[in-house]
Amino acid sequence: MSRIRRVNTEPFAIRCVLIALALGFLFFFLGLPLLAVFSEAFKQGFGPYWDALAEPDARSAIKLTILVALLVLPLNILFGLAAAWVIAKFDFRGKSLLLTLIDLPFAVSPVVAGLLFILIFGRQGWFGPWLSDHDIKIIFAIPGMVIATMFITVPYIARELIPLMQSQGKDEEEAAVSLGASGLQMFWRVTVPNIKWGLLYGVILANARAMGEFGAVSVVSGHIRGETNTLPLHVEILYNEYNSVGAFAAASVLALLALVTLVAKTFVEWRMKQETAMLNAELPAERVQK
Amino acid sequence: MLNASRHNVLPGFSLSLGYVLVYLSLLVLIPLGGLVARSMQMSFSDVWAIATSPRALAAYKVSFGCALLAAIVNAFFGLIVAWVLVRYDFWGRKLIDSFVDLPFSLPTAVAGITLTSLYANTGWVGQYLEPLGIKVAFTPLGIVVALIFIGIPFVVRTVQPVIEDIEADVEEAAATLGATRWQTFSKVLFPALAPALLTGFTLSFARAVGEYGSVIFIAGNMPMVSEITPLLIISKLEQYDLPGAIVLAVVMLVISFVLLLAINLLQWWSANRHSGRHVDGGVQA
Repeated sequence: MSRIRRVNTEPFAIRCVLIALALGFLFFFLGLPLLAVFSEAFKQGFGPYWDALAEPDARSAIKLTILVALLVLPLNILFGLAAAWVIAKFDFRGKSLLLTLIDLPFAVSPVVAGLLFILIFGRQGWFGPWLSDHDIKIIFAIPGMVIATMFITVPYIARELIPLMQSQGKDEEEAAVSLGASGLQMFWRVTVPNIKWGLLYGVILANARAMGEFGAVSVVSGHIRGETNTLPLHVEILYNEYNSVGAFAAASVLALLALVTLVAKTFVEWRMKQETAMLNAELPAERVQK
Repeated sequence: MLNASRHNVLPGFSLSLGYVLVYLSLLVLIPLGGLVARSMQMSFSDVWAIATSPRALAAYKVSFGCALLAAIVNAFFGLIVAWVLVRYDFWGRKLIDSFVDLPFSLPTAVAGITLTSLYANTGWVGQYLEPLGIKVAFTPLGIVVALIFIGIPFVVRTVQPVIEDIEADVEEAAATLGATRWQTFSKVLFPALAPALLTGFTLSFARAVGEYGSVIFIAGNMPMVSEITPLLIISKLEQYDLPGAIVLAVVMLVISFVLLLAINLLQWWSANRHSGRHVDGGVQA
């Protein structure tokens, strides 16, 4: 494109300088760290790397990380769908206030997020005495970590679905309903197929954040080895014990997760683009066939 | 508020809104309200004394100073990266484009320990900086490096779509009227990009102010020198100084709200500016 529109681009030398600046910056700040994770993890070869991951504490950290994500994501998916449904398809007062509320967790520091739940469930918190009377542990236990992660991930799926569903309008759903579809039929046959890639995109982002969350979870976890350590917290403990290989081995698992996330995200973006292109090109024909 | 369903044939409004409101209230509103309520129970002079204690003031200075520096660096390089990714064709462009989101997907603790090992005096980068007398790890400069890492995608991803949307004829008109490329950029293109750049800058700044995971490893965490506000909150918590933690958290909360408001105003302003232009164009055509 830029090759044809000569007036709209910079001289060759400046283009080269800008590309070099951009790539140099990205390599320095993104590429090097990524390489360093794996280099540090394999510093003493594959054996110690594998031992560090096979250790029981590392395994329980991996399991807990997955468990927390599995508990958080379904509720968050439901929230994202419900929020996008009311905001995109209905008009009501206070909509922009609701949008701001959904964004709020983005603006709160993870440490403050963790503190919020200490104030509610902690020993000096609102429910603290009642919880300790009934021997229920939330803070310094898994429920607290799940709640803190839920707080952090509130906006992720809703944020992806709202603009998508707004751009799709409500004609198709209205058609389904007026043709006699029940609410569930409409949802599964019309809404879900329309938003499935957007939903998946949001789930990928929310999952990455849920599994990688450090600040908020760190405040409420209590760092009990083998019990309330997620993988990021495990990384911290090993690192502070100067167990560099162990810390970077655990970190490399998370880095791998980050790379998988990037690949999945790029794939979904590509599919979404393809689908919009297809829809734009074949919309009239498709309508006729149906 | 609830009569919306009367004009709308679609089902599920009350159910969905109910779930959304319950979820948000339990998870966000009540906890945030609780924090503010707890701070209100203290006397104003106590709150003020904690919020302006020398150690707290030093922590704000570190947090905001480093966040500001990192956001400036990110605004500059982010603009270049976004420009290069949209406008130029080179080998591996798509790959690099998706790579920009790495800080979103890489857990902050991983970023923290990795950057520390890179910039420590034995690290890949640190060993070359050390002889020059530049110390990055365990100094405020290290905090800036971590915050640059965290903030890159915010600027790139806000500016990129705006560059994509610039119509070719604007630049062509400027060139036809005899503007040099630099004049076209500084007088035509940059003003169009400025709101998005400012939004990206503010987003990256806001994220940097609250950042914890990537910073604590590289910062050295010396009180008064390289201690960020979130870390001070944690150390208050660990010393069972709950009032101290509450006050600092409220200070941070107020600041994030102001930033959130600023971002929303910026977006509203730029949207209005654009729609204003659109109407003008429509009328003239």
